[in-house]
Amino acid sequence: MSEVGLSGVSVELGGRDVVEDVDVAIAKGEWVGLIGPNGAGKTTMLRAVAGLIPYRGSIVVQGDEVASLPRRELGRRIALVPQVPSTPSWMTVGEYVLLGRTPHLGTLAKEGPSDRVIAGRALERLDLLGYAGRPLGTLSGGERQRVVVARALAQEAAIVILDEPTTALDIGHQQQALELLEDLRAESELTLVAAMHDLTLAAQYVDRMVLLRAGRVVADGTPSEVLTEDGITEHYDASIRVLEVDGRIAVVPTRRARP
Amino acid sequence: MEAAASQAVSAQPLAEPVRARGLTPLWVCVAVAFLLVSLALGVIAGPVDIGIGAIVHSLAAHLHLPGATSSLSPVDNAILWQLRVPRVVLAALVGMMLALSGATYQGVFRNPLADPYLLGVAAGAGLGATLAIAYVPAGIDEHRLIPVAAFAGGIVAVVVAYAIGRSAGRERDSVTLILAGVTVASFFTAVQAFVQQRHTDTLQQVYAWILGGLPTSGWTDVWLILPYVVVSATIMLLHRRVIDVMSVGDEEAATLGINVRRTRLLLVVAATVGTAAAVAVSGLIAFVGIIVPHAIRLLTGAGYRALLPLSAIVGAGFLVLCDVIARTAAAPAEIPIGVITAFFGAPFFAIVLRSTRGGTR
Repeated sequence: MSEVGLSGVSVELGGRDVVEDVDVAIAKGEWVGLIGPNGAGKTTMLRAVAGLIPYRGSIVVQGDEVASLPRRELGRRIALVPQVPSTPSWMTVGEYVLLGRTPHLGTLAKEGPSDRVIAGRALERLDLLGYAGRPLGTLSGGERQRVVVARALAQEAAIVILDEPTTALDIGHQQQALELLEDLRAESELTLVAAMHDLTLAAQYVDRMVLLRAGRVVADGTPSEVLTEDGITEHYDASIRVLEVDGRIAVVPTRRARP
Repeated sequence: MEAAASQAVSAQPLAEPVRARGLTPLWVCVAVAFLLVSLALGVIAGPVDIGIGAIVHSLAAHLHLPGATSSLSPVDNAILWQLRVPRVVLAALVGMMLALSGATYQGVFRNPLADPYLLGVAAGAGLGATLAIAYVPAGIDEHRLIPVAAFAGGIVAVVVAYAIGRSAGRERDSVTLILAGVTVASFFTAVQAFVQQRHTDTLQQVYAWILGGLPTSGWTDVWLILPYVVVSATIMLLHRRVIDVMSVGDEEAATLGINVRRTRLLLVVAATVGTAAAVAVSGLIAFVGIIVPHAIRLLTGAGYRALLPLSAIVGAGFLVLCDVIARTAAAPAEIPIGVITAFFGAPFFAIVLRSTRGGTR
């Protein structure tokens, strides 16, 4: 049984189907990169899986239909790292990471000692020891990104959904972030589903790529199967070359020849 | 699967547990001391001089402490226990309610400018009170009718705002709701102004009510609003951690397992009912719901889990203090308390704002 299974999923936004008839099965422990041009429906599909918007068809997470799961139960199974996380500047790093414990608490309960320990370990795991008392407003972009991942880790959900997790980072921090996700996946047997823009970077890490275009899945397979010159030229309307560097795919933009 | 994730995390060497800044003993002591001093001033201040010692003895006697006897004359005793104490208690309840509701609204709407009157409760209460003053037939005790009419008006306004906001769309829930509140408030205010202009004979009475003031009417008003205040305040205080979670936005709060719409509705109902009860007896006291939570925020930097209880305590003390000034500054005349809250509250807030620099949210 797949960890996350979408069959015949469509999502309507503003009167038109932004995601249309999508079938994707994601196995436990897999890292799936969701790629596609702007407006292809990547974020919408992730939001549907996270139970944030209504959908048609079926999305099954760990055996249960997303729409029928109570919010809190869904929060125990899926953690979401949004594209632009909201990080209130007054809140401390420790308080923010503790928010990740919310789905494990009673409705009006507050965190117990074990929750505080789990949050502390999440901070340690992300090299944020000593940051617990710092307000979020004082962090750099890279640090803030790690704090958001730490919150997702403290949530102890087996599935982590990331919406363009590296977009705001420089190339070094992008690599660090993705290496870290890869380590966490291995340690904690996480299933990762990430929308990604940088195809070359994505190809270094993900097991599998799903290419969306205009709401439909147009390619699904390993990076070398999905990232072909013809496919990217067609679906992104881009001029590129696909190279192989150290055994992995690299997509290099080229300048179009002018008449 | 969950177990696997948690095992991997716990395989790490033991890290320092993380704490959220809750109520620190220092700030609780400061807030409680402020409240106690305010309460004491409220009980001592007045045209009849009752000594502090006599008040303490009388209090001890009322609490049935062994060996305590009251040395007060029957008249002083009545002034103390039937006039001053109930008024001080009422001021404390109203101040607590307004500050707590303001902090709650700021949290659930993620809007620093939110105050307890955000969704039209003040405009509705104003219309209700105006109607009661303008149209009450002779022979009915209007002092009993005004609070009921104001309470009902306030509730109706917020219900209408919520219905409009809800029908308008799901996507931008809180913004729509605020806009609906603004719309309803201006409509109710327009109707209120119209009724007021048609009944110029009652103009002064309506105006006095709108500026706010605490009645000296014994314990009746206290008992009248106490149940609403207790229930509303309890609901808001119990949700203080949930409001912290909601400060990351509706969508992220939802992924953390919060049912955002239901929680917001519950908190709006609690804040509205509590505020409507408060303004029903006190009129439209401005500014408390904004400056008390913000002053605490600026001074302590705390999240909602500490902000809510501190707002309740400090709000109570603040309004008792303002009422003392309202009663004594121009004695024997009384200044409307709404004037005092803004006149003294605004400069104080400006000082806090200046001296803390940009710690806003």
